[in-house]
Amino acid sequence: MKHLLSISDLSHGDALSILDTAHEMARVSSSSVKKLPTLRGRTIVNLFLEDSTRTRISFEAAAKRLSADVINFSAKGSSVSKGESLKDTAQTLQAMGADAVIIRHSASGSAQWLADSHWMSGIVINAGDGTHEHPTQALLDAFTIRRHLGAGSGDLQGLTIAIVGDVLHSRVARSNVLLLSLLGASVVLVAPPTLLPVGVESWPARVSYDFDSVLPEVDAVMMLRVQQERMNDYFFPTAREYSHYFGLNRDRLALMKRSAIIMHPGPMNRGLEITAECADSARSVIVEQVTNGVSVRMAVLYLLLAGLPTEFGGVDA
Amino acid sequence: MSVALPAVDIARALTRISHEILEKNNGSASIVLLGIPTRGAHLAQRIAATIAAIEGTPVSVGTLDITLHRDDLRMRPPRPLMTTMIPASGIEGMNVVLIDDVLYSGRTIRAALDALGEVGRPKTVQLAVLVDRGHRQLPIRADFVGKNLPTSINQSVRVHVVEIDGVDEVLIANEGEVR
Repeated sequence: MKHLLSISDLSHGDALSILDTAHEMARVSSSSVKKLPTLRGRTIVNLFLEDSTRTRISFEAAAKRLSADVINFSAKGSSVSKGESLKDTAQTLQAMGADAVIIRHSASGSAQWLADSHWMSGIVINAGDGTHEHPTQALLDAFTIRRHLGAGSGDLQGLTIAIVGDVLHSRVARSNVLLLSLLGASVVLVAPPTLLPVGVESWPARVSYDFDSVLPEVDAVMMLRVQQERMNDYFFPTAREYSHYFGLNRDRLALMKRSAIIMHPGPMNRGLEITAECADSARSVIVEQVTNGVSVRMAVLYLLLAGLPTEFGGVDA
Repeated sequence: MSVALPAVDIARALTRISHEILEKNNGSASIVLLGIPTRGAHLAQRIAATIAAIEGTPVSVGTLDITLHRDDLRMRPPRPLMTTMIPASGIEGMNVVLIDDVLYSGRTIRAALDALGEVGRPKTVQLAVLVDRGHRQLPIRADFVGKNLPTSINQSVRVHVVEIDGVDEVLIANEGEVR
């Protein structure tokens, strides 16, 4: 496996190998010297053509902890705003000797496109392409769930996870449905019919329109951001009505299992899909998700960049 | 493939190394044993048990994974990471004894010294190995050696331990033989 473009490219063993590697990387992140020489001399480009706080900073921190050189590239302030094409941008990065490009783009499939093109020879890591996929977010979510609800190792067999809200526009939901089901968890999608994509019945997940009836059985609730910037149509009557039926609030918190955790990929619309009280409650692991993101991205960078191209985890020392 | 060291010799060597470690460090109070995964970690546990039996008090023991500090990462597929477990008392000011199964090029130990620097600053770092097969590529030597095993560079040395392989033995294989 050369690139990380989609969760569907991963096998069960690949996914576990990334999570296990992330577990060891987490130890590095908590030690006093947060620096390893592993990727010294490698150049990693953060090609973020769509806005991002968490993912970009997280990849940058991960790359720097492994001693790689990081070049940040965003649409604003670069020649992209003058109309430079992705092809020319990619060729420029190739000419500069980028070993890996981490791409965030508003067009679905852009990461795949870059990987399939012959514009550059480096590794491509998908950091979110349109409404398609966001694989490292799903990996960090699975890692967080495993730390809290699993045995800390192995897969997620026997757990039920609800993914709630704007599934239609959510690349996080797509990647998570694939990964969580790959790891043996059962996934319930909770959303109004207008915010579910066509063909959702073919996904490895159940669908429910009734949040309250789902809550007592789930081990984790993953709230999705209502993506107002992608909403060019009327998907629900009012924000208040959406909150009433699909927002996480105090009453719904009381319906959840005592052990269940609250997750959100961020950025949150406080008061819309989640109340501040829930977001800041003791059962919320939202801040920890960010911390785990660095460990998971270190694992991905290590496995893709440290050695010769290979399958994840298939090698015995 | 021939057996260079049977189980009974391995047991004797580990017992002798345990005594030598105690002798050199004037008891077990200042010692931290760190095994290098995977087989070195098991050897460290056994030496720790032997030292505890001799002294009557437990000795600090842990593991140190050196994968992320290797200098040959680029030359081979990525290896899975192993567990690092540093004893709660830490290594600051202690006499750390690194324990590995085979000492060959010395590159693993160089990486281990780098990895230790990330954890703290020990008073001394010593090295115990079950087998020293020669062919060093770096100026590194072991303080405690179970057995010096002169080998040809074309041979490979394999250590098997009960915990993983079901049997204690050191094997030498010539080039082309199944390992």
